[in-house]
Amino acid sequence: MKVLVPVKRVVDYNVKVRVKSDGSGVDIANVKMSMNPFDEIAIEEAVRLKEKGVATEVIAVSCGVLQCQETLRTAMAIGADRAILVETAEELQPLAVAKLLKALVDKEQPQLVILGKQAIDDDCNQTGQMLAALLGWGQATFASKVEVADGVARVTREVDGGLETLSLTLPAIITTDLRLNEPRYVTLPNIMKAKKKQLDNVKPADLGVDVAPRIKTLKVSEPPKRSAGIKVADVAALVDKLKNEAKVI
Amino acid sequence: MTSLVIAEHDNASIRPATLNTVTAASQCGGDVHVLVAGLNAAAAAQAAAQIAGVAKVIHVEGEQFAHGLAENMAAQVIALASSYSHLLFPATASGKNIAPRVAALLDVGQISDITKVDAVDTFERPIYAGNAIAIVQSLDATKVITVRTTGFDAAASTGGSASVDVVTGVADSGKSAFVGSEIAKSDRPELTAAKIIVSGGRALGSSEKFDEVLTPLADKLGAALGASRAAVDAGYAPNDWQVGQTGKIVAPQLYVAIGISGAIQHLAGMKDSKVIVAINKDGEAPIFGVADYGLEADLFTAVPELIAAL
Repeated sequence: MKVLVPVKRVVDYNVKVRVKSDGSGVDIANVKMSMNPFDEIAIEEAVRLKEKGVATEVIAVSCGVLQCQETLRTAMAIGADRAILVETAEELQPLAVAKLLKALVDKEQPQLVILGKQAIDDDCNQTGQMLAALLGWGQATFASKVEVADGVARVTREVDGGLETLSLTLPAIITTDLRLNEPRYVTLPNIMKAKKKQLDNVKPADLGVDVAPRIKTLKVSEPPKRSAGIKVADVAALVDKLKNEAKVI
Repeated sequence: MTSLVIAEHDNASIRPATLNTVTAASQCGGDVHVLVAGLNAAAAAQAAAQIAGVAKVIHVEGEQFAHGLAENMAAQVIALASSYSHLLFPATASGKNIAPRVAALLDVGQISDITKVDAVDTFERPIYAGNAIAIVQSLDATKVITVRTTGFDAAASTGGSASVDVVTGVADSGKSAFVGSEIAKSDRPELTAAKIIVSGGRALGSSEKFDEVLTPLADKLGAALGASRAAVDAGYAPNDWQVGQTGKIVAPQLYVAIGISGAIQHLAGMKDSKVIVAINKDGEAPIFGVADYGLEADLFTAVPELIAAL
């Protein structure tokens, strides 16, 4: 069974981005870029399925600029067998990415696609569900536990109020939540090995996909600043402030 | 122009997030209809009909809607979609699960987590963990939207008198099946709807301490309990208590952050709270940068004192 894992190159989670002064977007020139943390969990899960003998091949995919190759090399250092870059400098929105991924799924015929539940840059939380819809497959989003056997994926999901378990007939889509696994550290020998793994490059046009944006960003601005308040000396002062100044208790 | 709100409910009643979503829908202009799809959900449909500003409730019954499976819910929304200009879901675990499926089937982009309606096709939404606000315009005919509930007031749950149309549901997709769930039963208010939240971080040190120190305070304040990612990852608190960029987004009247340092991902989930209190031993913790009232103290002595003083 092949497993496809899409990964996104995003601004590192430790970076606090700045809004450009002309309001056209955020400034990502010269900031550290990394693999989206949820996608790292997705790769890790796929590699574990391979180590258990459930998956036979793990293919990492990224859509975007040429530098996404670095993200794909990281995915291969974690343990993906090969990688595909869908290279474009166009702005890609989730629906366009889902269409690109559908074209690759049609070609590669994986039984499972594991994606991160959301990217930490646009915070959309859409691509996995959209891909499931385009393929007509079942989906289990926000997974905290995955078991695959006999053509069925049994997935525990994080939902409001607790956990829920679904059973999906393969092929299917899974999106990862934070507690699914803890991704391994990438070791130097594995980074070296990843450099030799196959990395193919295709263009959206090769896949016959129109990636034109459906949503136009008119302006990006700083959120209203919340200013720091005061420090109180002790518990009695805190209770007094809450009762008599803020009047919230 | 008419909007359809996909209600979140437990078959007997409507969940509060639906009310905020109705408010967002009413700002999109035109009538607001509400879809209640469930099993034995007549009471929820009746409750939806009472919501102020709702013109019509569409009630769909069936075993295939009992657990809100995304495949069936999306197919049902698609069956109704041609009559609507806007399809709005609360940005809850359930809404986020279903909405993109609907958008893709309609071949339209989705606008996630809106916090403001600027025009019928223009919306505001936070990006980069709330460190930037984007104003975006949909170029598609149908707008598929998830609504960040903290951005909109709740519509009144009474005062409406909508008609209830019972509609035959789509068939079960057979692609996924519900196996079971573990939903914690609690008398506490729901985290995203609570007026007061007591939230704990890694400084609590263990799940026993988390419970021992914070539960009495939450009881005294009638508060919901929340946690930072660090506390959840360490196993001190259940997963669904996580407040932050990728967890729950909350905006209560009072948020009490105890032993939470205040990573940007955590601040993203709570900085719209009306009043923020931080109790932390580390005077340099970033949480003090957003707190209205900061108390630099050892939480293990300060919290019991606070309970005694209330």
